Amino acid sequence: MGKESVPEAIVRFAPLDKLLGLGRANSLWPMTFGLACCAIEMMATGAARFDLARFGAEVFRPSPRQCDVMIVAGTISKKMAPAVQTLYDQMPEPKWVIAMGNCAISGGPFSFKGQYGIVEGADKLFPVDIYIPGCPPRPEALIEGILELEEKITGKRRWPRVEA
Amino acid sequence: MNASTEVYRLIAFLVGLIAFAALNAAYLVWLERKVCGHIQRRIGPKEVGPYGLLQPIADGIKLMTKQVMLPPQVDPVLFRIAPALVLIPAVMSFVVIPFSENLVAREINVGLLMVFAFASVNVLGLLVGGWGSANKYAVISAARCVSQNVAYEIPMLITVITMVMITGTMNLNEIVMQQPDITRWYVFRFTASPLAPVAFIIFFICSLAETNRAPFDLGEAESELIAGFHTEYSGMGFGLFFMGEYANIVIGTSLATILFLGGWQSPVPFIPGGWWWFLAKVYFLIFCVMWIRWTYPRTTLWGLLNLSWKILIPISLLNLLLTGGMLKLMPLAGGAG
Repeated sequence: MGKESVPEAIVRFAPLDKLLGLGRANSLWPMTFGLACCAIEMMATGAARFDLARFGAEVFRPSPRQCDVMIVAGTISKKMAPAVQTLYDQMPEPKWVIAMGNCAISGGPFSFKGQYGIVEGADKLFPVDIYIPGCPPRPEALIEGILELEEKITGKRRWPRVEA
Repeated sequence: MNASTEVYRLIAFLVGLIAFAALNAAYLVWLERKVCGHIQRRIGPKEVGPYGLLQPIADGIKLMTKQVMLPPQVDPVLFRIAPALVLIPAVMSFVVIPFSENLVAREINVGLLMVFAFASVNVLGLLVGGWGSANKYAVISAARCVSQNVAYEIPMLITVITMVMITGTMNLNEIVMQQPDITRWYVFRFTASPLAPVAFIIFFICSLAETNRAPFDLGEAESELIAGFHTEYSGMGFGLFFMGEYANIVIGTSLATILFLGGWQSPVPFIPGGWWWFLAKVYFLIFCVMWIRWTYPRTTLWGLLNLSWKILIPISLLNLLLTGGMLKLMPLAGGAG
């Protein structure tokens, strides 16, 4: 048969998708929402020394309807889990989740045999995009997490990665 | 001027004003984030384009492509028209604002009255939005917004009546014409009213409260009411509320500029007057609005209503009486003279 020629697509969406990705990645509005001590680090990230605003991600919206990313900052107790689940369900698409700290990743220090009060990881409740380890993670780590999420949306890294 | 050029002129102004309102909203958000950042010893948006200048475009793309949610319990008609009810009156008010001597879409002799008529519709938009959301926080917020706007419309209108008594006209361009140099700006016209600067401050405070800006942003007190009347709005519905808020700020500061600060007239003799002076004064006042917002904490509801009913209204009534007496005793001192 030889080579098969594929006609070029008349309608192309790839540049549009790239543009949408860029727009979304550069205005990630988190939810005003903290569960435990990681929330203190999240506040520090928004404050003067670390300044999340540089990346356009400082608009902490109080209503889940206006948020793009949910930063699960802290331990999810079994009593709190339905509320967190509701907040996630109330967010409009497209939405992303960052699990910040060991508790949100896996239950952290509260995960032991016979424990009864803790949900062991936010991914038991809903899909999580980015995991940030640490107990609690430093603000730099949260900024790195936001940059990772931007990379996940646009496919491009904003800055060169720092080698350890 | 024949009929067809008049039509083209109106269409050009219509497009221009809508573009002005939208661009203003976008870049005032950027300015607000920058000003807020610098006041809090941060840098503010910086990475998205040079000086973060592409930030509003990214936000716009994000908001427009966000899922528009219609929660099941809402009133579908009211929920949908509320953002338009907030934005349209604000844009309509631009029609009578004189940007310079000739740059005014429609010069009508009751321009001031028209702006205040449309400014009152804005409250209806907030109320409809809060009510249509069927969310208890949104309804409480809408009720707060209405009581606040009713309370602050009274001192504002009394101040405006005082100004109309002095100027003798409601045509905004004629009011600007009466203030050709800085000594005859109405904020310094002590011969007409000894309380002229006080009247300006009252007008400015009231325009802050009318546009629901901090320290009077009780409608969206986050710690109590989630996000207030726009709690249930996602994507561009929320974006339209924001555009309406910023358009209202521009209208309020424009009126303050026209009534008290000489509009497009130049304060210095060697630079001619024009739209650049008007915009410079308006943006300076907008900067003051942002400065106040990021400096003072939110007041309580009773503190807000006390300020209006116990302080601003008596002072503005006193100002009205004094101005009336001055105009009666010295009729040539005030007015167009």
